[in-house]
Amino acid sequence: MSHLTYEESKGIAFKTIVILAIITVVEVTFALFGKGYIIEGLHLSHVLMGGVMIILSAVKAYLIMYEFMHLKYELPGMVKSILIPTVLLIWLVIALLWEGGYWNTSRADVVNPVKIEVQDNK
Amino acid sequence: MVSDTLSSENNTGVNSNTDNWGGGAEPFKASYGKLMIWYFLLSDAFTFTAFLVAYGSLRFSVPTWPVPDFVFSAFPGGIHHKPLLFVTVMTFVLLASSYTMVRAVQEGKQENKNGVVKWMIFTIIGGLMFLSCQAWEWTTMIGTEHVTIHQNPFGTHTESGVYLMGDGHDIKEGDVFHAGQTYLIPYHDGEYKPLQYKVTEGPEAGIVKEQKMGPKAFGALFFFITGFHGFHVFTGVIFLTIICLNAASGIYVKRRNGYEMVEKIGLYWHFVDLVWVFVFLCFYLL
Repeated sequence: MSHLTYEESKGIAFKTIVILAIITVVEVTFALFGKGYIIEGLHLSHVLMGGVMIILSAVKAYLIMYEFMHLKYELPGMVKSILIPTVLLIWLVIALLWEGGYWNTSRADVVNPVKIEVQDNK
Repeated sequence: MVSDTLSSENNTGVNSNTDNWGGGAEPFKASYGKLMIWYFLLSDAFTFTAFLVAYGSLRFSVPTWPVPDFVFSAFPGGIHHKPLLFVTVMTFVLLASSYTMVRAVQEGKQENKNGVVKWMIFTIIGGLMFLSCQAWEWTTMIGTEHVTIHQNPFGTHTESGVYLMGDGHDIKEGDVFHAGQTYLIPYHDGEYKPLQYKVTEGPEAGIVKEQKMGPKAFGALFFFITGFHGFHVFTGVIFLTIICLNAASGIYVKRRNGYEMVEKIGLYWHFVDLVWVFVFLCFYLL
């Protein structure tokens, strides 16, 4: 399966774990930085923060799956049979978060109903 | 079936069950056991996605949600206000145990029995450390902060104001707060005791209000999702122990596929780490 020598794969595993640890530190530091813990009063937008966190987590997931779980060294057909179903889940995440946002606005409408003035022309 | 076959029984000829799953060629050039653990993990990924998506949509559906760096800021030894420090430690513990697992699998490929056992013992210790950390985290949330599956004292201010009373710890009478800050409602004598405050900004300025309980779903989602992940870690530790004992007994030396069981539990263990990446993202970072 793997054409790497023992010493090579040992080196790759160590390099991967170091990168994973660094990404984790960067994530936590950035989370605190964006909320003003490191520089007083600095607040970054939620979209920027969320985007950076999701991308960094995706990189971590890639490293764990491709290096630690050896997906990189399996046949392409097997990789596709595992990854394509998970990629479809992205739709589910977007759809249900969207729906959640809609529940929030409709909840606000129940508490404070929108009043429409009706003109009486008679 | 495959992994239980001993080499002595199977050195000659084609065995319909072991060599190619009874077809003609091994699908994806992978053994039955390995492919099936991958598909099990795929289905498990769907379960975890469903939980995390439920968390996300419920979180989006309420105006405010407890700010994680306020909620998760306790550290063992009575240390407070260290946002996200403890969960970062937990992440490092799990990552380190993933590394020791990779090493165990590599030693298995080398047919090095002692190496496999040594690195698997490190992995088991890592798993137990992670579980202990989670036990401490849960104890703090249930015992000290009084979060239950249907009561959540972590609320978030939607307007700026000034406290009219203190809680005896961090908040003193006259302390000023801003919209978006999360608070923990004090709890004593078996009851939540919300603090009173006066609104200082906006159309309701001057009105006296009381702290409100936070979104109800928070506790249930937190305990259920981290609990389900913790249960995976717990199950993993048990299987690691069994396979470690098997490896130590020398049973895998005799098997045709050698240390493939170590590889399979390795896949499961990395998956648990993979799920933690997303639990960490959803609960603590965002």
